[in-house]
Amino acid sequence: MSFQFTVSPDFTPDHLSGWYIFNTWLQKQTELAIHLEMYNDFQSQRDAIQADNIDLIYANPFDAAMLVREKGFLPLVKAEGAADEALIVVNANSPINDVAELQPGARVAYTEDPDVRLMGMIMLEPGDLDKNNIEPVLTDNYVLVAKHLLKGEADVGIFLAEAYDDLSSMVKKQLRVLVRSQISVIHHALMIGPKLRDRRDELQKILLEMAADEKGRGVLKALGFNAWQIVDDEAMEFMIDLMDTLNT
Amino acid sequence: MIADMNPEDIVGDYREVSLQLYGSILRKILYTEVETPYPDGKLIVSTTNPDGIITHVNRSFVEMSGYREDELIGAPHSILRHPDMPPAAFKDLWETVQRGEKWQGYVKNLRKDGGFYWVKATVIPNVRAGKVVGYTSVRRKPSRSKIEECCKLYPTLF
Repeated sequence: MSFQFTVSPDFTPDHLSGWYIFNTWLQKQTELAIHLEMYNDFQSQRDAIQADNIDLIYANPFDAAMLVREKGFLPLVKAEGAADEALIVVNANSPINDVAELQPGARVAYTEDPDVRLMGMIMLEPGDLDKNNIEPVLTDNYVLVAKHLLKGEADVGIFLAEAYDDLSSMVKKQLRVLVRSQISVIHHALMIGPKLRDRRDELQKILLEMAADEKGRGVLKALGFNAWQIVDDEAMEFMIDLMDTLNT
Repeated sequence: MIADMNPEDIVGDYREVSLQLYGSILRKILYTEVETPYPDGKLIVSTTNPDGIITHVNRSFVEMSGYREDELIGAPHSILRHPDMPPAAFKDLWETVQRGEKWQGYVKNLRKDGGFYWVKATVIPNVRAGKVVGYTSVRRKPSRSKIEECCKLYPTLF
């Protein structure tokens, strides 16, 4: 029997090969046949989940509710100390100094990342902006969000904090952060579907021990992580409830 | 249990009023006109048990309320109840979440030092294995225009 593994399409491009290395490592440790399938966008990944074609996923927090409550997924681990945070950014020369100064009709550049967009839109609410009164500028990645701001094609941009921090210092010099979220409890998580449910304890043990092993540490490094940290059912339910309150 | 407010904790000139809280609690409230602005980018999160007793607070909750965490855990959520909030708002909140639905509204909260802060609050029931085991409330920064609307509307709801 072969299992299907997929990764939230918002992974950093630098870590693409890391996920393949991780999958090879995981198969060796578990003696399971696991196929890694990368999807180009969230919709095609969600279609695969709906069709019960996914057994293991490094999931975006936005999809956690659907995975747990509709598809019977269980959390395994998250990257140690990791949290998804969002930034509201303007061109350094923008006259806007506070989100409250933005006006309806503002051009907002963002990517498809659903949790970052959600957090970003919440940070625009103090300016009375919502999805019904902004002009959306949807882009494929955060470098393009920055480009739209630099060219004056967007008034404000929503970034994943990590992606913004990775921009070159030359680009960042021409941009200005208005708000940085400090939510701390929204994070991606590695989760298993019903077919792997019986292997949960074993998988968690292998993943937790990964950082103690030299080879394991190398694989984690390829993913940009230091270690895995356990996510229990209640912690996942808490995050799902929190996302639910924000998604209104 | 919920204690009366202590004049020694209050910062600035204050007024005094007695508030009838849920569960037949009568609390002496001391309140000022000092507003603490909602911090950008933060969420204030708390969880209560089904009776509205606080079981979890995050750091932003502690910072904005002015209470220590150990003063909050075990206290009724109405420890934040400001006398300017119409009782009808909380009646609606409880009726909504007890039906298993999500409630959202703008709330003026009372700080330990007698000051206040406005929030946009969303409350949802925590359903575990089909049973409501508590409620989670998440507050975010409201827009100034919504606060102004509430400042006009709420006094008419008493």
